[in-house]
Amino acid sequence: MSEQSAPGTDGSGRPSGRLLEVDDLRVEFRTRDGVAKVINGVTYHVDAGETLAVLGESGSGKSVTAQTIMGILDTPPGFVTGGQVRFHGKDMLKMSAEQRRRIRGEGIAMIFQDSLSALNPVFTVGFQIAEQFRVRRGMSRADAKKRAIEMLDQVKIPNAKGRYSNYPHQFSGGMRQRAMIAMSLALDPEVLIADEPTTALDVTVQAQIMDLLGELQRERRMGMILITHDLGVVADVADRIAVMYAGRIVEEADVYDLYAKPAHPYTLGLLDSIPRMDEKGQELRTIKGLPPNLMNIPPGCAFNPRCPMAQPVCREKVPPLLQLGRGRASACHFAEELVNRD
Amino acid sequence: MGRYLLRRLLQLVPVFIGTTFLIYWLVWSVPGDPFAGKCGDRGCPPNYRAMMTEKYHLDDSIWVQYASYMKNLFQGDFGITFGGREISDIIATSYPNTLKLAVVALAIEAIIGLGAGVLTGLRRNGFLDNLVLVSSLFLIALPVFVIGFVLQWFLGVKWGIITPTVSNEMRFSELLVPGFVLGSASSAYIARVARTSIAENRRADYVRTAIAKGLPMRRVVGVHLLRNSLIPVVTLLGTDLGALMGGAIITEGIFGINGIGRQVLRAIVTKESATVVGIVVVLVVVYLVMNLLVDLLYAALDPRIRYE
Amino acid sequence: MSDPSTASIVSTPPATMPTEAGSGAPVNAGLPENAQKQQKPRGLLGDAWRDLRRKPLFWISASFILLFIVMAAFPQLFTSDDPVNGALSRSRVDPSADAWFGYDVQGRDVYARTIYGARASIVVALLSVIGTLLIGGAMGIIAGYRGGWVDALLSRIADIFFGLPFVLGSIVILTTFNGSGTDNNEWQIMGLVIMSLTVLSWPVVMRLMRSSVLATKEADYIVAARALGAGTGRIILKHLLPNCLAPLLVYGTIMVGSFIGAEATLSFLGIGLKSPVVSWGIMISEAQNYIRVSPFLLFFPAAFLVAAVLSFVMLGEAVREALDPKLR
Repeated sequence: MSEQSAPGTDGSGRPSGRLLEVDDLRVEFRTRDGVAKVINGVTYHVDAGETLAVLGESGSGKSVTAQTIMGILDTPPGFVTGGQVRFHGKDMLKMSAEQRRRIRGEGIAMIFQDSLSALNPVFTVGFQIAEQFRVRRGMSRADAKKRAIEMLDQVKIPNAKGRYSNYPHQFSGGMRQRAMIAMSLALDPEVLIADEPTTALDVTVQAQIMDLLGELQRERRMGMILITHDLGVVADVADRIAVMYAGRIVEEADVYDLYAKPAHPYTLGLLDSIPRMDEKGQELRTIKGLPPNLMNIPPGCAFNPRCPMAQPVCREKVPPLLQLGRGRASACHFAEELVNRD
Repeated sequence: MGRYLLRRLLQLVPVFIGTTFLIYWLVWSVPGDPFAGKCGDRGCPPNYRAMMTEKYHLDDSIWVQYASYMKNLFQGDFGITFGGREISDIIATSYPNTLKLAVVALAIEAIIGLGAGVLTGLRRNGFLDNLVLVSSLFLIALPVFVIGFVLQWFLGVKWGIITPTVSNEMRFSELLVPGFVLGSASSAYIARVARTSIAENRRADYVRTAIAKGLPMRRVVGVHLLRNSLIPVVTLLGTDLGALMGGAIITEGIFGINGIGRQVLRAIVTKESATVVGIVVVLVVVYLVMNLLVDLLYAALDPRIRYE
Repeated sequence: MSDPSTASIVSTPPATMPTEAGSGAPVNAGLPENAQKQQKPRGLLGDAWRDLRRKPLFWISASFILLFIVMAAFPQLFTSDDPVNGALSRSRVDPSADAWFGYDVQGRDVYARTIYGARASIVVALLSVIGTLLIGGAMGIIAGYRGGWVDALLSRIADIFFGLPFVLGSIVILTTFNGSGTDNNEWQIMGLVIMSLTVLSWPVVMRLMRSSVLATKEADYIVAARALGAGTGRIILKHLLPNCLAPLLVYGTIMVGSFIGAEATLSFLGIGLKSPVVSWGIMISEAQNYIRVSPFLLFFPAAFLVAAVLSFVMLGEAVREALDPKLR
């Protein structure tokens, strides 16, 4: 039984038939220098047609959670030590390797941050897309090629037919990311996990890619998990946001609620640190301190060393993820005060 | 692509000239009488001396000698030995033997090296891995002649599994052990390079993507991983073939193979300078051409370096 | 004989690793006041040394090498017999309690010769490696740093020497220069071998150094140093060199091993070291014709040779693994 009351389940803890659910997941990395607790009880879910943004700094565990969902976690040194990952209600962590493999690409697909290293450099982009059709759907070479070109069209790559035979390094960053999106959507997955898809791109290209993702999601009624550290990207696209810190979810809310009135000091700090035009000439605000060493997480609330509102209770008790109504939750002893302030 | 090729070919010319001149100078400018010991105890008759001196311009400067030698070479005239034998004939009879040995050695080192390298690259830190690492170190560390001797002694003399020396027909089975000896150090290198390449690429992002696509592991490893990791191995094999075709003086000596290595050794020791230069020219050309082919092969295998 | 030195010892950088992993988190805990255990910035060499100390391979090979070096410097510590003169009456006497390794064809004590042989073999190899590293390294830095026509010229020159297969080239060089007179001077003989080894091997080091320099030249910290006003000399000495040294160090160590083998090969062919110099290669060469009747003549020097070569190669391997940051 999870220590937090996970949103999306009824009181008895039974799953309520969501598309994709992570339930009290725990993952640790065992290295020569010690054990790092990377994920410490993460619970979130995503349904068809909605976008969940998972927000956090480097080291918060957001990518590792995604990798665990996909089953591509590096083991060793990564080990799942607890929890479930349910797809259509069935726990994937208990499935056989073959069953999990079949879900990849068809049920859940993933795109990555660095498209240049994520694509195989010695095969053409078209080959890598067509591969899905040939290998997983048994299509002929010619048919697979046709479908691949269609996919390239759908992601709005001009001259799709010609670009089929180009190699990844011959594309610009934005085009390459589109190609990767095409590859991931080839088999019509129900869920798309996008791990920092725009971090490596220019701002204008970022907007284009996010628009494209939004459009494709709507057309296909996919559930999308958007992993990012960039608050700007999230605002336009997400329906709900889960904020992660030191391997836990510290706040979860509807996008409007989160931006309007954050219920956790960390979220508050993040929003505060966005530079604003009307503050020109003043010192930039930051969250002081550094993310914790995951081999040695501070006792109590992991954020307490950096929290401007820390009280003695924060150093003693780990705050549970409190439900605050309207789908909001926050892991702070003073969440209610934060929400109710003016 | 064409420009790249042209540029490389142009680079070959000064190197060719440089190497061949270097050898020519080294071999012909030895102080002393070039005719010493060529014609038995009584020395060479004067008209023979005159003829040879004129033919090889021995009275002129080294530059003239070299230039005229090269001119003849390009017309197919390799000259004759001091004993009167056509040098081109010597090359023509012995080089094919060397090539046969080279191909066998390449095949053996590829099979052993790739086999060991791929297996241990995919599955590190097992018993097999340590075995391969240690034995590859041994093969690299032992000089060729030690390996050759030991194998010849044990397999040929003591246990009689093979004939200690290779016969004139050079049957394939006879070439297996010499081929292994010749390729021993290289097979160790190939195993190591393959192992490192595969182990590194296994953690690469594109492998992760291939798995995330839901492709069967068979395909992830067999198509995506190997195609990338074997690029350095294949180019290494190509380079090695070039080196192998340069003649295996020691191996040919130990196993009695009448290859070009043996011929050039004999020529050096008996101061048959024209033969030495002739053979070296052929070897240098082969080496340079092989290098160029390997570069082209590399470009063919890795699309990223094609568009320079 | 294929020239294994064309193989790349320096591995290529792998694709970028996923950025997020718990164990990559910074060491400083978020605790501002207390025990922020300030870890001394160790640097690559410090890390490497720490790693190296742990490996048994390192200690084994290092102690063997130390043993051989002592053997080379102070052979008297190991034997009191005469390695150069012998009595024909003792020709090819088998090993016994009196003479552990027996006597060779000329009645010389094989054990003594093996011990004294260490000196020539190791000295020749060490000096050749130093020479090769200096020449190849210098050429490589110049070619890599200056680029342009300097690079083109130096690379062509290196190519010329590259085109000569090692055995072939050394045979030609040694027979050419050996033939002139019959000097019995130990140092002249050794010097000749050292020279030919150096001349034929510097291109490999040059290429290695050059590619190291090319890779680091455009690095951000070099650009930063230049922007801060550092001159060329300072950049080379303080920034480029330390970063390009690692592969050189590894290759140099392994090269000592392979040069010991190379010297043995040349002596085996009869063109390397000669009497009165004593080396393992010479001993093996002399033993060839007696393998069937007195195998011990071959066995002992060969065993020492293999042990020495292996130690250096293994040390080089251990150093390479320690210096390779990717294997952490």
